[in-house]
Amino acid sequence: MTRARRTLVALAAMALAAPACGGGKGADRGAIIEIDGSSTVYPITEAVAEEFQKTGGGRVTIGVSGTGGGFKKFCAGETAITGASRPIKPSEVEACDKAGVKYVELPVAYDGIAVVVHPDNAFVDHLTVAELKTMWAPEAQKTVTKWSQIRAGFPDTELHLFGPGVDSGTYDYFTKAIVGKEHSSRGDYTSSEDDNVLVQGVSRDTGALGFFGFAYYIENQDKLKVVPITDGDAAPVAPSVETVATGSYQPLSRPIFIYVALEQAKRPEVAAFVDFWNEHGGKLAAEVGYIPLPDKAKALVAKRFAARTTGSVFEGKGATVGVSVEELLERE
Amino acid sequence: MSSFTLPEPAARRATRRGSRPGRRSSATPLAEKAIEWSLLACGLVSILTTLGILAVLLVEAVGFFEQVSLADFLGDTEWTPLFADKHFGIWPLVAGTFLTTGIATLVAVPFGLLAAIYLSEFAPQRARRVLKPALEVLAGVPTIVYGYFALVVVTPMLQEVFPSLAGFNALSAGLVMGIMIIPMVSSLSEDALHAVPMALREASWGLGAGRLVTIFKVVLPAAMSGIVASIILAVSRAVGETMIVAIAAGQQPRLTLDPTVPVETMTSYIVQVSMGDTPTGTLEYRTIFAVGVTLFALTLLMNVLSRRFVKRFRYGASR
Amino acid sequence: MSVGVPEIRDGASIRRRGRNLGERAFVALSLLAIAIPLLILVGLVAHTLSDALGRIDWDFIVGYPSRRASAAGILPALVGSLWLIGLTALIALPLGVGAAVWLEEYGGRSRLAGFIEVNIANLAGVPSIIYGLLGLGLFVRFLGLDRSVLAGALTLSLLVMPIVIMATREALRTVPGHLREAAAALGATRWQVIRQVVLPMSLPGILTGSILSISRAIGETAPLIVVGALTYMTFLPQDPGDPFTALPIQIYNWVSRPQEAFLVNAAAGIMVLLVTMLTLNSAAILLRNRLQRRIRR
Repeated sequence: MTRARRTLVALAAMALAAPACGGGKGADRGAIIEIDGSSTVYPITEAVAEEFQKTGGGRVTIGVSGTGGGFKKFCAGETAITGASRPIKPSEVEACDKAGVKYVELPVAYDGIAVVVHPDNAFVDHLTVAELKTMWAPEAQKTVTKWSQIRAGFPDTELHLFGPGVDSGTYDYFTKAIVGKEHSSRGDYTSSEDDNVLVQGVSRDTGALGFFGFAYYIENQDKLKVVPITDGDAAPVAPSVETVATGSYQPLSRPIFIYVALEQAKRPEVAAFVDFWNEHGGKLAAEVGYIPLPDKAKALVAKRFAARTTGSVFEGKGATVGVSVEELLERE
Repeated sequence: MSSFTLPEPAARRATRRGSRPGRRSSATPLAEKAIEWSLLACGLVSILTTLGILAVLLVEAVGFFEQVSLADFLGDTEWTPLFADKHFGIWPLVAGTFLTTGIATLVAVPFGLLAAIYLSEFAPQRARRVLKPALEVLAGVPTIVYGYFALVVVTPMLQEVFPSLAGFNALSAGLVMGIMIIPMVSSLSEDALHAVPMALREASWGLGAGRLVTIFKVVLPAAMSGIVASIILAVSRAVGETMIVAIAAGQQPRLTLDPTVPVETMTSYIVQVSMGDTPTGTLEYRTIFAVGVTLFALTLLMNVLSRRFVKRFRYGASR
Repeated sequence: MSVGVPEIRDGASIRRRGRNLGERAFVALSLLAIAIPLLILVGLVAHTLSDALGRIDWDFIVGYPSRRASAAGILPALVGSLWLIGLTALIALPLGVGAAVWLEEYGGRSRLAGFIEVNIANLAGVPSIIYGLLGLGLFVRFLGLDRSVLAGALTLSLLVMPIVIMATREALRTVPGHLREAAAALGATRWQVIRQVVLPMSLPGILTGSILSISRAIGETAPLIVVGALTYMTFLPQDPGDPFTALPIQIYNWVSRPQEAFLVNAAAGIMVLLVTMLTLNSAAILLRNRLQRRIRR
């Protein structure tokens, strides 16, 4: 029994000793900048944090609780900055007000939503918003099942739809832009929170059509064919860094944001971090598949943060489709 | 079925409350009492946990039911709280959970029991020492890995056999879940079987019964309490499993028992919404808690019923 | 314990009697039942390993996360997971074994015991994310532990405790009554019977429960995210109050990135996780084997 007991003690010691072997950089914690929020904004936040920490500016930690979860923690005062793939919503505005948390809303990049089909799909060279609406509207459930119902001249191939889950910001924005109302779409499409799964689904199915974030299209261009979109009047535009930044890829471009707590912005490291982001965030966003803000917008954002202008330009009403960042910031 | 029950005095004595052998009065009654109470405190932690969970769930669920009537919740057959056209019928989610859990149980129980019987009754010591831990590794594979395995390997494989199988379906998720919980059935049942005293087996052989007859009529019934406990644990695990179904079973709430189409389970719905974009404090967010309460209630019902069932089978040579 | 009859614990020694067809078929069937899941496991591991093999090197293990897949490493996640496992074991095992001992040895058929039993069976089926929500409300906010390793470990402990309790109970039940009686006859108090006879004999079963529960804890993602585990940090937790991340969270993050190189990272991360789990399991299994050999029935 003593031998067994000794072994047990050894095991326990091992389990506890292992963490202590960590050592390394953790010695001085100093001031930590706590960030949370959307998984869409995360790659940019990570890139900025990585570069910022190389300059010795301070420690950054990032959680990924989702836009909603991020706001909950933000309005409870637990984080300094929260990333959001959509503007703050009324219930969240209320929560922050109640807790006395004031925030500065800063757009940081554009995200394009790419509409893609299988590379061998030869008959689709562009689609109109109206046609997309036919495909995705709630009425289409079980009734619109073939490509021929979308446009005369399309073959009779079965239409298979892929898209993000109903609780994702991308889905929200797409439905608002295409169908006209958030959360309003047919329910019988293949949905997944993981855009990689959607990429796989579309790339294996000749009758498929899907939509997801631009970054996922860019990384998988060899497996997918992107579809230029037109609002009806203008010539069809395919998403690219230029077309999204200049605003010609409409209506499927959306800004993504960070919200900075005013109290926290008083900390020098937090202010330094946000300034660093404004300065270098564009280049880093492009590295990870997002579209940097054009210079004019960038200047307006820097001005907004310098003035610590609080509140949301969206007046807590949620996303607006088809409005550029410059227009919005200039409204103030 | 003529079952073998040892008429040990302990068996009768143990039916009285708290009657385990041991001197009642001792030199340090206070120390004994103190130990008993600290052990009781450990047991009470579970009650506190349940209370905590109920508190967390009910506070928000009450808010939910203020806006959605119980009749809608139990009567509607569609679950679309996140769509513009909202329905709040819970049955599609319950069906999804039931379907995936059922498939998982159908896989885990036969495999697990057969494995346990082999390991306990037929395997040479060396084989047992290797195979039992090998199976236990199955329980430790992270559930995301299983989820992607189901989605990326199992589904395409099954699609060769059933071409009409959808990319997301309950069958792959259920099968993989079943594999994951096999060790719960096999290891715990094997422990129970292994603990049945040799004397019982020898007595049975001595009476002329063959190996298989002995196993099925003597050993298995003697170990039944442990076996059933392991199955209950495994089924509970399957009901509460989140990631595998979230990744591989799909996100379309659907009132169906068809394993070839996408479904959504109660657990994957909870994960989808709590990690998604829904702002907290809204009706949509509160649906998480309504679903959580339902899940809790269903598990409770299942456990109470199975306890009644288990009581009828409890022999146990040590009682 | 049989007296006078030679111990035949080994199924193989029975083979000398010769097996009939029914037995042989049954053995074949049950071997199949073991082989199939194991083959699937091997297939799964091999599939991951082939992706991961090129990627795992010392830099990967001691590196920190990065936006560049080739520079990204897994150290904070690995250390975080080890912290979590260590703390969870320290908390859940004593509490779980204690509760099981009370239920089995003191509680008997009382109503309180029955109530606790139903509770535990129920808790085993609560989805892990609900434990996350509980942990957030209770440990992080109410007890003010903030988003620390301790809060994460406490949450995981609640999650795995039902497994420990149920497995330990079954282990305690396997101790034959006459051994308890013999000890009592020699004058032992109830606690002495438990400590010196029952617990040592049921240690193998308790270890099984520990193995299963730790395996469960190490792979959990959702409850940790809700409690506040991070996805990105470039330092290591130094004490239980520090923020943390964990292997499954890092893996989940990499798996959903568009760049294919991150998928390779994810596979490498999975291998690290599996190896860590195997190491912990093996230690416990070795111990269990050694203990079981000593126990004669």
